[in-house]
Amino acid sequence: MIDELQVRLTRFLRRLLTRPRIDLPLAFGLLLLAATGLVTLYSASGGSMAMITGQAARFVIGGMLLLLISRIPPSVLRGWTPWLYAGSVFLLIVVAGVGEIRSGSKRWLNLGVMSFQPSELLKLTVPMMVAWYLHPRQLPPSWKDIVTVAILIGIPAGLIAEQPDLGTAVLVAGAGAFALFLSGMAWWKIGSLLAAVGGMVPVAWHFLHEYQRNRVRTLLDPESDPLGNGWHIIQSQIAVGSGGVFGKGWQHGTQSRLDFLPEHTTDFIFAVFAEEFGLVGVVAVMALYAFIIGRCLWIAMEARETYSRLLAGAIGMSFFVYVFVNGGMVAGMLPVVGVPMPLISYGGTSAVSLLTGFGVLMSIHANRKMHD
Amino acid sequence: MALRRRSIKDSRGEAALFRARAFVGFALILLGLSVLAVRYSFLQVQRHDEFALRSENNRVKPRAIPPARGLIFDRSGVLLADNVPAFRLEVVPEQVPDMQAMLAGIREVIPLGDDDLEAFRKQLRQNRRFDSVPLKLHLTEDEIARFAINRWRFPGLDVVPYLTRRYPYGPLFAHVIGYVGRIDADDLNRLDPDRYKGTSHVGRSGLERSYEDMLHGEPGYELVEVNADGRLQRVLETHAPKPGKNLYLSIDARVQKAAMDAFAGRPGSAVAIDPRNGQVMAMVSVPSYDPNLFVNGISKTDYTAYTSAEDKPLLNRALKSAYPPGSTVKPFLALGGLEYGVRRPEDTVLSTGEFCIPGQQRCYRDDKRGGDGVVNMVRAIQHSTNTYFYKLALDLGIDRLSAWMGSLGFGHKTGIDLLGEAEGILPSREWKATRSKFGWFPGETILAGIGQGYWNVTTLQLAHATATFAGHGTPYAPRLVMATSAVKESRVPLPNPPSGPSLIHKDNYWNVVNQGMEAVITEGTGKGQFTGFPYVVAGKSGTAERFSRRSNDYDNNKNTAYLATRHRAWFIGYTPTDSPRIAIAAMLEQGAWGASDAGPIVRKIMEAWLASQGGAVPARTAPEASAPALPASAPEVPEDTPVATPADVPAQLPSDHDDSGQQDDGGHQ
Repeated sequence: MIDELQVRLTRFLRRLLTRPRIDLPLAFGLLLLAATGLVTLYSASGGSMAMITGQAARFVIGGMLLLLISRIPPSVLRGWTPWLYAGSVFLLIVVAGVGEIRSGSKRWLNLGVMSFQPSELLKLTVPMMVAWYLHPRQLPPSWKDIVTVAILIGIPAGLIAEQPDLGTAVLVAGAGAFALFLSGMAWWKIGSLLAAVGGMVPVAWHFLHEYQRNRVRTLLDPESDPLGNGWHIIQSQIAVGSGGVFGKGWQHGTQSRLDFLPEHTTDFIFAVFAEEFGLVGVVAVMALYAFIIGRCLWIAMEARETYSRLLAGAIGMSFFVYVFVNGGMVAGMLPVVGVPMPLISYGGTSAVSLLTGFGVLMSIHANRKMHD
Repeated sequence: MALRRRSIKDSRGEAALFRARAFVGFALILLGLSVLAVRYSFLQVQRHDEFALRSENNRVKPRAIPPARGLIFDRSGVLLADNVPAFRLEVVPEQVPDMQAMLAGIREVIPLGDDDLEAFRKQLRQNRRFDSVPLKLHLTEDEIARFAINRWRFPGLDVVPYLTRRYPYGPLFAHVIGYVGRIDADDLNRLDPDRYKGTSHVGRSGLERSYEDMLHGEPGYELVEVNADGRLQRVLETHAPKPGKNLYLSIDARVQKAAMDAFAGRPGSAVAIDPRNGQVMAMVSVPSYDPNLFVNGISKTDYTAYTSAEDKPLLNRALKSAYPPGSTVKPFLALGGLEYGVRRPEDTVLSTGEFCIPGQQRCYRDDKRGGDGVVNMVRAIQHSTNTYFYKLALDLGIDRLSAWMGSLGFGHKTGIDLLGEAEGILPSREWKATRSKFGWFPGETILAGIGQGYWNVTTLQLAHATATFAGHGTPYAPRLVMATSAVKESRVPLPNPPSGPSLIHKDNYWNVVNQGMEAVITEGTGKGQFTGFPYVVAGKSGTAERFSRRSNDYDNNKNTAYLATRHRAWFIGYTPTDSPRIAIAAMLEQGAWGASDAGPIVRKIMEAWLASQGGAVPARTAPEASAPALPASAPEVPEDTPVATPADVPAQLPSDHDDSGQQDDGGHQ
């Protein structure tokens, strides 16, 4: 009995290492991005080896999770989906009750040894749930299905926005919405839904926290808040703009060196990158992101059934939201919200949860349609 | 779409639909990424020259200027909390090449405590790297000189001037004003970091803490030009901070001093309140401590000395120590009897020295062997006749007793503008139910009638209740701060409207209890204590036992020193009785008898108050107006009553009461 278990375990581990059923182009793209992230971090942190090794360790943990999850067939994932969704929403409710408050928002759950944000889980479980719901149904979805999906997305997104963590709420809602979009929802229905959401904006403004409104106001007039966020926006634009076409060169950016750029290893790291590598670097990284997203959609198209298709497509497209929101924030186009530049920003949870999502993609890839 | 309704899923069609959507989605994403790229090229190509120049010239940093903390004055403008210049050692983290080596090196030049280091490390994590962080406060001249010699060794360190807090009266106001302390890690989690940038101190206790928001002010900032090493070159632009508001206490420093001196170091507390508006006229807790020691970090030895001292100088006894009030509750209970219609003023009780609950074995004693004979309400208050109040408590019943005493503020916070008030204990069925599985016993009601048993009150609560009574029943939350002022502006009074309607419904009820309390002074337990005082005083003493009687010693040993170890002495009083202007409660933790030990404290406070008013004018109610030898030099201080209520009119006495109906026993039910 135990021997058999041991044999199976070794076989499993050997297969994991020797025949990882991963998509090599996607893996290559991710590795390149992670390498770019580490190189930028080295410069932004002023050569702090502690931060480099910390971030590298997270990449290793995330990579192992990726390999592990790539072994789970999508059909099994589909079976778990309602439970994973319910569990993660339950954790959100728990966090609303007993969560730890850090710098004014309640989003952490303290597990004694470590604390984590349940909202990270929802970035994956929400698109999974939407795909699970739409999987057996007639597509394109009817109004009834659309409303149900909207509720499935709205509950966790609302809870997260309430924490308050607007950035993550947008990411979670985006991931679910992309699954709905990919399911073939009629254009006129998309149009009317967008119009309805647009009509809600003044109402939503009313419900925003004062600090969130101030961030929007600061975006419109950065000079009005010279000690806080306005300072971030101005300094970030100076960093980006002074980089020019070819950049100041690696480790030659002055903005972060002289500490003018705040959060220059986390949310604003892309400003350091833009300063040091210029427009050429920015376009190259944008192309790399486009390649990764395109590859995700390719994997989705090759998937065998609806669930995998929708899920893979939604994960790929929500990757874009990160890039757009963070890149827009650094360039002074969007308000300051806590969304990292994926795999470039320093920080644990987002790197690990992103790589977990790519693990799901690898699993879908491994179970793709056979070409005829 | 309706045409495509099918009974089974068309997976091939779905795949095609998905493919179409994926292409559209990817196109949209490419569009989005292109928008980003266009924005970056706009910044990096079109506006490159502008930003390159700004980056080149980016030597301008904003630096917060902390606001000056508001000052605290007494009623007549005596400065009680001041800002004085001092020097501190600051670190600009980004300019320090090796923090550990720097800290190790600087310790040889300027000694650092563990507290300094801990606070420094925590603040270091919260600040931006170019914001300076204080490392050591309040440098001595010797330390400044030694640092000047060694300064070249420590880039990023500087001695900078700042304002520190000084309390010129030290212990006298320590329990009222409290002190500020260095901002620590917990404070940083609680405070708005933008408002406290550059600020090193925050209110820790007392008014400094409860009025923190007003005292702090709003920081300003300046734009400073720095060189490539980050050293300050010049200030380009200054946006001045808005200093905190000044506070004016209703306490007069002279009255406060007299109250403190009256204790002669014996542990206890006293609170004086103006019954017309709730303004606190004096509040002392003895012994006290020196708040100046706490401002820039108290040394371990000093702190241990305070915490290990047996008489607990850090404890604010007026606010936090709750003890049984003893007989001081009797006038309030008598008033309750009148209000509930359980007693008429002329109802009498025979005091024989012992009172037994009808039908039970258990008996309760009078203080005087043989009792006081036949007493009515006035005489019962005057002689503090236990039997009268045992019976009154029993007739009221515990529910009405606790409801009435609760309305006078017992068992609740008084709502004074300080944090950390104790609630004390108001005996009631509800309170007992939370502590014990037994129900309420009649014997407990009887003990409650003389302020013993479960009772616990703070000096502040007793002063508050006395003031509420003296003010003819109109309750005011006690207030220490009566006005504020912004810099260079005149005082603005803080309004303090009554916290409820008058509790006393008939003038006559007040008159009877007042008569009893006047009799306490003229020929009762407090006889002789106020001889020569120009105004008529009303009062009541209280003596509460600290331990239960276990031996016969108590009955035989009448030595005052021995009794002092067993008793707590209380005294409450107010004056002038025709329109009370000051109400006082005093407590001595080790006093043999309320009247003889706590009474003189009340008198001394009243005398100081009178002196601060410029003497008794007119001495209309005093038989010996020329008697008191008070400092004639006391300047005339204008009465400062910012509250709208007319000062000398007893508030809201309903005049349309039918007297005869009320006098009937039980007619009130």
